[in-house]
Amino acid sequence: MKSKIQKFFVMLSAGITFAALLFLIAYILIKGIPNLKLSLFTWKYTSENVSMLPAIINTIYMTVLVLVIAVPLGIFSAIFMVEYAKKRNPLINVIRLTTETLSGIPSIVYGLFGMLFFVTALKWGLSLLAGAFTLSIMVLPSIMRTTEEALKAVPDSYREASFGLGAGKLRTVFCIVLPAAVPGILSGIILAIGRIVGETAALVYTAGTVAETADSIFDSGRTLAVHMYNLSSEGLHVNESYATAVVLLVLVAAINMLSGFVARCLDGGTK
Amino acid sequence: MGRRTKIENTVSLLKEKIMQAVFFIAACTSILAVALICIFLFANGIPAMVKIGLPEFLTGQIWKPGNNIYGILPMILGSICVTAGAAVIGVPIGILTAVFMAEYCPKQIYKPLKMATELLAGIPSIVYGFFGLVVLVPVIRAIFPMETDGMNILTAAILLGMMILPTIIGVSEAALRAVPRSYYEGALALGATKERSIFSVMLPAAKSGVIAAVVLGIGRAVGETMAVMMIAGNQPRMPKGILQGVRTLTTNIVLEMGYATDLHREALIATAVVLFVFILIINFAVAFLNRKAAD
Repeated sequence: MKSKIQKFFVMLSAGITFAALLFLIAYILIKGIPNLKLSLFTWKYTSENVSMLPAIINTIYMTVLVLVIAVPLGIFSAIFMVEYAKKRNPLINVIRLTTETLSGIPSIVYGLFGMLFFVTALKWGLSLLAGAFTLSIMVLPSIMRTTEEALKAVPDSYREASFGLGAGKLRTVFCIVLPAAVPGILSGIILAIGRIVGETAALVYTAGTVAETADSIFDSGRTLAVHMYNLSSEGLHVNESYATAVVLLVLVAAINMLSGFVARCLDGGTK
Repeated sequence: MGRRTKIENTVSLLKEKIMQAVFFIAACTSILAVALICIFLFANGIPAMVKIGLPEFLTGQIWKPGNNIYGILPMILGSICVTAGAAVIGVPIGILTAVFMAEYCPKQIYKPLKMATELLAGIPSIVYGFFGLVVLVPVIRAIFPMETDGMNILTAAILLGMMILPTIIGVSEAALRAVPRSYYEGALALGATKERSIFSVMLPAAKSGVIAAVVLGIGRAVGETMAVMMIAGNQPRMPKGILQGVRTLTTNIVLEMGYATDLHREALIATAVVLFVFILIINFAVAFLNRKAAD
């Protein structure tokens, strides 16, 4: 009898979890798709026609900028952690502790730090650049971690064979180990893109909320998620908010699936 | 000829050394980042705490920047109430769903369900907030028409409970899968039912990991900003019941940072310092539990 009750609750919980997700997606899609009008994708944002295209373009700028900063940093630090640092090196523990700390910090604290440091102290003003640096710190730990996992998954025999053929350490890392780890690294990067696209709190006070397409990286501009935040907090454009929610949801779902797909390529590659 | 190889050797050795330094410097950025975050938050926040007075700041029940009264106790309690509510809703459902994923889920539907939980984690908080605003708020308002306008602790707790599910499910499932299969088989062999084996043997064995999952989920709930702001009502007053609107530490910062100046601005940064300390404590708890789970 007790077993039956326990089983019932397990099934019920799983049911609630997936029903809630399904309901959220279905609700946003059903309410949002009829509101996806072509006029929402015009080049110019006006207060009558709250076009989301400038925000989409800003999101692309932002994503590229963040990746340019965070991907090399993340991959290089992962290379240091896995390939170069000695196991007993106390620095490893410090770096591990700081990355764990970074991954737990809420995005609003990042936003506030970005405002104090990049926007005010470095005098960059509200700009894509300040937002991008803030987000780079935010996604750095996850890129580092996935890259580390991917590097560790490369069998040592690859390295030994490369050394045996007379290649140096650097060449081994770049020509043998990194290429073998690409799918894992890529799936981590794609997940980071998902976070960049969905981030709001860290950007409001760093990249600002200007609704136009940014002219340069020193210009302020809102990304799609910030755009949606502004629309829904103003409360004047509920239909447009639905439409923006659909675009965000579809983007994030596509990014997630792509990441999963790339990660599965890794499984297929090594087994 | 011999001379040339020598130069090439030196060049490649130099290249090795330079790149090694580059990797090392890259690895140190995370240390630099944490140091900068601490320095800038504390340097900008602590003076305000001193000016206002730490006890007055932490235990003051009134937040009226217009009158230069800065007490963040309502926000601290707001964060605690909303997070506790989210834990009450999210933790049991999350752990039981993890049990389902690890032990009950039929093989054919495991992959799509796993992807679904990952999607749950990937949905932007602003979309969650909007969903809460257009679905949960009207529902709560309809259930309690006299007591509330729909934006209150209960609404925020339900939505946050949903938002922390993927964290709890993912980490708990991994913890359950890390328990040696022989434990489960041993319990079955002793005549226990499947449920008994899971709840009396597997879950206790995975305890540290499951607790780490809960603490991580709580960290996520404490730090959540945008979704809470859209549905919690945001009144800076002491929470008196779950149908009352509250303001959390995170939303306090976002709401007022846009126009705050002078001491008000510093008080908001000091709010972030308090939040940061909360999160640090939670982080260390997770690190400690993970180490314990690894032993």
